[in-house]
Amino acid sequence: MGVTAFFLTVMVLIPFAALVIRACGLSWHDFWKLATNARALAAYKLTFGASGFAAIANVIFGTLLAWVLVRYEFPGRRFIDAMVDFPFALPTAVAGLTLANLFAVNGWLGKFLVPLGIKGAFTPLGVVIALTFVGMPFVVRTLQPVLEHLEREVEEAAATLGAGRLRTFVSVIAPTLLPSMLTGFALAFARAIGEYGSVVFISSNKPFGGEIAPFLIMMRLEQYDYTGAIALAVVLLVFSFILLAIINLLEQWASRFQS
Amino acid sequence: MAGYAKKKINGDSHRQSRRGTEESAVVKWVLITIALVFSLVFLLLPLVNVFAQALSQGWRAYFGALSEPDSWAAIRLTLIVAAICVPLNVVFGVCAAWAIAKFNFRGKSLLITLIDLPFSVSPVVAGLMFVVLFGMNGFWGPWLYDHPLHLFGREIEIKIIFAVPGIVLATTFVTFPFVARELIPIMQATGTEQEQAALTLGASGWKTFWHVTLPSVKWGLIYGIVLCNARAMGEFGAVSVVSGHIIGRTETMPLRVEGLYQGGSVATTAAAFAVASLLALLAMITLGLKTFLEWKQAREFAKAQMAPPTRTPESAGLSGATGSF
Repeated sequence: MGVTAFFLTVMVLIPFAALVIRACGLSWHDFWKLATNARALAAYKLTFGASGFAAIANVIFGTLLAWVLVRYEFPGRRFIDAMVDFPFALPTAVAGLTLANLFAVNGWLGKFLVPLGIKGAFTPLGVVIALTFVGMPFVVRTLQPVLEHLEREVEEAAATLGAGRLRTFVSVIAPTLLPSMLTGFALAFARAIGEYGSVVFISSNKPFGGEIAPFLIMMRLEQYDYTGAIALAVVLLVFSFILLAIINLLEQWASRFQS
Repeated sequence: MAGYAKKKINGDSHRQSRRGTEESAVVKWVLITIALVFSLVFLLLPLVNVFAQALSQGWRAYFGALSEPDSWAAIRLTLIVAAICVPLNVVFGVCAAWAIAKFNFRGKSLLITLIDLPFSVSPVVAGLMFVVLFGMNGFWGPWLYDHPLHLFGREIEIKIIFAVPGIVLATTFVTFPFVARELIPIMQATGTEQEQAALTLGASGWKTFWHVTLPSVKWGLIYGIVLCNARAMGEFGAVSVVSGHIIGRTETMPLRVEGLYQGGSVATTAAAFAVASLLALLAMITLGLKTFLEWKQAREFAKAQMAPPTRTPESAGLSGATGSF
């Protein structure tokens, strides 16, 4: 107990308090100016926009993947089930490096996609791709247990009452899955907002349009602009906490659905 | 008419219900194909690409890139950092999980929230926290600078930011929740009856912990260590903020990958992939161990369920073996 409290204080509370105290040292006016200048706003736009698109892509493919993994038997199922966690296990720097290379003009995928006008490397699309990769496991792993425990009887009842398979899915299965899908979305979104490693490799990192918010914090630090970095960090922290609260509420909602 | 309908339902009821809860074969195989193609392109191809690019200049260049002094230094530093962080977090994780699962006290949910906090903070912000604490413009940085350590008649400046201690601190912060998170649910599930029995039989607190509590969470603990280690070796954002990128001295493997990649030439890119291939290998080992441990845990669980006096082999399936990071 004592060890726990000591570790928590030293490792989490003190660093956290330091940041908050420094941020409180800023006047409200200065904070607002630093946190909402044009370059910062452009960084938020890319961060939140790309994270949103990535989380939506995660929900679509994640739901599909979870469904296929739970409901069907096919060769390679166990292998793919294990591979789903791969983005978690792979260091983000490696993910960014290999994705940037894959989607570059002469990369394995870029070779075919760039002539079609799909430029994945050093563009906002690349940021979305990296964030989708990083957030992939969240939706799948949130949905899998729910799908496994879904009662087949309800679907049978729907079928007996004359509903087609599509109708059953839309009006019986989807509503049950919705809270978990939203939880997965929020988890992937929260992860994407803070993500740094994979994005720096694949983004152009140019001011106004290529910079994500964590990258801008790095830039500010490199220019020894500590107050600027802290102001941006506080904005990110506030958003993470709001998301954390939303995720907690969603999880409560989802668990109520299951009982 | 009614009789016919009744007969039909009776005769076909099984087939009907099966058909009712399954998609047509076409839909099924289309979905499977999309899922397969997606996972192969999006999950497997990046992995294969790492090794293909790493070996694109041949095996000689590959081993040359890995044995180069600065890359070698990065590999060593990564191992040192993990060797410090992982034991620290194991000690903390076991203590925290034990306190949370076996005792009741006020503020428990606050404690759990605090343990999870590093997961919800951007790694860059986490690194920034330590810069604010120990950097030259931070709270304790100037004090540390003014008070060098006097050891063996020499003055040694204690450097934390842009030095190894900062990297260790930042890595410990981001890997903080892993072990505790894996252990809390397992310890909660096992309950306190066994410990109480041990204590009643005269075992000391420590003895109970070593012989009863720890063995019961063995696999979960190893699982947590595997995940913690993977993250500790692969952490990029937080380490990037505090390291200062001094080549050969404060570069970990992920930072070395970035440094080489920024070199821009064909040779440095291949070298970046060579270092990255080691990290990818680590990820594969982590995944393999994770799958193995989940299987092991599911089997233990099944064994516990099959234990006499109620022997029901049917109920002991290998289901529900999906853990999340």
